[in-house]
Amino acid sequence: MWEYTDKVKKYFENPVNVGEIEHPDGVGEVGSLACGDALKLTFKLDAEGRIADARFQTFGCASAIASSSALTEMIKGMTLEEASRITNQDIADFLGGLPREKMHCSVMGMEALQAAIAHYRGDQKTREEEGNVICKCFGVTDREIERVVRQNRLSTREEVTNYTKAGGGCESCHDAIQAIIDRILAEEGTQPSKERKAGTKVRRLTNIQKMKMIEETLEREVKPALQHDGGDIELIDLEGNRVMVALRGACSACAASEVTLKGYVESKLREFVSEDLVVEEVRE
Amino acid sequence: MRTVYVDNNATTRTAPEVLEAMLPFFCDLYGNPSSMHFFGGQVEQCLRKARSQVAELLGAGPDEIVFTSCGTESDNAAVFGTLETAPHKRHIVTTRVEHPAVRNVARHLSKKGYRLTELPVDGSGALDIRQLDHAVTQDTALVSIMWANNETGVMFPVEEIADMLRDRDVIFHTDAVQAVGKIPIDLSRQKGIHLLSLSGHKLHAPKGVGVLYIRKGTPLAPFVIGGHQEHGRRGGTENVPYIVGLGKAAELAGQRLGDENTRVRGIRDHLEQGLLAAVPNTLVNGKGQPRLPNTTNLSFEYVEGESILLHLSNLGICASSGSACTSGSLEPSHVLRAMGVPFTAAHGSIRFSLSGYNTREEMDYILEHLPRIIEKLRAISPFWNSAVRSSAGGVQ
Repeated sequence: MWEYTDKVKKYFENPVNVGEIEHPDGVGEVGSLACGDALKLTFKLDAEGRIADARFQTFGCASAIASSSALTEMIKGMTLEEASRITNQDIADFLGGLPREKMHCSVMGMEALQAAIAHYRGDQKTREEEGNVICKCFGVTDREIERVVRQNRLSTREEVTNYTKAGGGCESCHDAIQAIIDRILAEEGTQPSKERKAGTKVRRLTNIQKMKMIEETLEREVKPALQHDGGDIELIDLEGNRVMVALRGACSACAASEVTLKGYVESKLREFVSEDLVVEEVRE
Repeated sequence: MRTVYVDNNATTRTAPEVLEAMLPFFCDLYGNPSSMHFFGGQVEQCLRKARSQVAELLGAGPDEIVFTSCGTESDNAAVFGTLETAPHKRHIVTTRVEHPAVRNVARHLSKKGYRLTELPVDGSGALDIRQLDHAVTQDTALVSIMWANNETGVMFPVEEIADMLRDRDVIFHTDAVQAVGKIPIDLSRQKGIHLLSLSGHKLHAPKGVGVLYIRKGTPLAPFVIGGHQEHGRRGGTENVPYIVGLGKAAELAGQRLGDENTRVRGIRDHLEQGLLAAVPNTLVNGKGQPRLPNTTNLSFEYVEGESILLHLSNLGICASSGSACTSGSLEPSHVLRAMGVPFTAAHGSIRFSLSGYNTREEMDYILEHLPRIIEKLRAISPFWNSAVRSSAGGVQ
C-alpha cells in the first residue's frame, strides 16, 4: 500500500474545485486514458488578471486526484506570472510530499497549469518546441524530460520514470533517457546521485564530458586529501576508459602510491564519473 | 470498522482448525522427523499423514508430493528441474498470462539461450490449444500452463491439454495455485500432468508452505541439494508445523469443495450481477469462459483502479486491482493487456476473490457502497464526461 500523507488523503477523499468552468479563460489538458492518468484544468481570471476560479477533472489514482485538487487551491488568487512559476515540487510540498513513484502526478499538475496558461496567452507550440517523443509508451518528449530533470535535479533513469513515467513501459527508451540525463549532468557539472547502483551502468559520455568530470572529481574529492599529505595529482590524458595521471610532491616518491591510485583515486572516479574507469600512473 | 475481505486470490485466512492442528508442533512435538528416537518418529508419522492428506485432495500418491516453501518455489523447481534433465532441449512453451513465478523464470531463461513461446489468449482470456499443438516441437522440453488465472479466474482446459501432449515427448507442468481447493482435481484420472504446483496460503493454510506434485516416473533434478529429505529432491529439515497445517487445510478443502462450488459461486454471482445492474459501463473480464467459482474481475470504465481500492479500503473492503498504479509499475496488468482489454477498462479493473468465509450480507455491503464510489470518481473523470456527451444519452 502506498504511504500517502493525511493531506493527500484529504484532497483525494473530498476533492475541492471539481468540474469544468464554462467559458474559461484558460484550458489545459494533459495525459490520456492509455497512460492511466489525465487532467483537464480550467481557470477564469478576474478584472485584475488574477485567477478567480480554477477547476479540474482527473482520471487517475489517489495522488493524481489530490495533486489536481491541491493545484486548483494553490493557484486561486495568483496572477498568471505567479502561477507560471509553480513547479511540481511546490505541488508535492503543498501535499506534505508524495511517494517517490507518484511524483509524476505532481508533474502532470504543473504541465496542465502551464498548458492552460499557454492556452490563455494564445501560445501555439510548434512541434519543434514540443520536442521529440522519446518514450512512445507514454508519449513523453525529450523537452519534457529535460525540464523535469533540471527542475528536480534528477540523476537516474529510475527517477525520470517516477517523475514523468517515461521508460515505464516497454523500456526500449532507457538508453535515450540516460543520454539526456548524462548530457544535462555534464552541462551542469552536477554529480550523479549516490543511489546509482554500482556496476549496473556504465555511463555513456563523450571523452570531453568525461575529461571534464574527471577533472572536477579530482579537484573536489581527491586533491584536498593528497595535498593534506603534501602530495598532489595531475590529469595527463584519457584514452577510452584509461585515465592517465601523474603523482606529484610527496606522492611521487611514496611506496603506497599504487594503493592510493587504485584504492582511492580510481574508486572516487568510478563513483562519480563512470564505473569502467581504470587509473594508470604516468611516470615522467 | 468492519473488515470485508474479498482478496482471497492474494492470500487467505488461516483456518482456525489448521492453526489448532499446527500448534502442538512448536513446543511439544518439536522433534526432527529424521531422528531415530521415538520423539522424532512420532513427528515423522504426522508428516506422513499430512502428505497423504494433500495427496488425497489431488488424487495423487503420497510419494508424489514434495513439500516446498511456496508456490513460487514449486514453479521454479518445476521449470529448472525439468530443463536440467533434458539438456539437449532448448525450447519452453508457456502463456502470456502466467503468474510471474513462471513467466519471469521463462523470460529469464530466454535470455540464457532458451527459445520461449508465450501462447496468446483471446479477448475473453481463452487459449487456442491448436496453437499449442503447433508450438510444441522435438526441441520442447517443457510446457507450463496455469490451471486457473489468478487475476480473472479463467480456467484453461488443462486436462484437454494434458491429453494432447501425452504422446509428445515433453513434460507438462501446471501452476494450479489458484485452482487447488476451489475445483475438483483428480490426477489419478489425468495421467498427462507431470508436475503441478500449489500454495498453502491460498487454501487456508499459512504462508510459507507449498507443494510440487511430481508424477511417478517424471525426471526432475533435485532443487535444494542437501540431505535425504523429500526423496533427496529438496534437502533441508521439513517445516513440520506448516506441513501439518497444509495437510489439515487440504483435508478441509476436500470436504468444502462442494461448498466452494455452490454457495461461494452463488454469492460471487450475486455480487457480479448486482454490480453489472447498478453500475453502467461495467465489464466482466473473462466473461463467457469457465471461471473459478470464487473470482470476479470487473472493469469500471473511465475510472482508475487505485482510487476505487482506496475508497473501498476506507470502508473496510479489501479487494485488488489490475491497474498500473496499484502494481508499482506504470502499465496495467499483463493479463488484461494480453487479453486486449482496452485502456478505458484496464485501468479501472477490480478483482473480488471470495472464500468460504464470505457471506451474502458482505456482498450486499459492497453493493451498497461501490456504485456510489464509481459515480463519485466518474464525476471527477474528464473521460466519463466526454463519453457521456459523445454517446448523447446512450450512457445513463
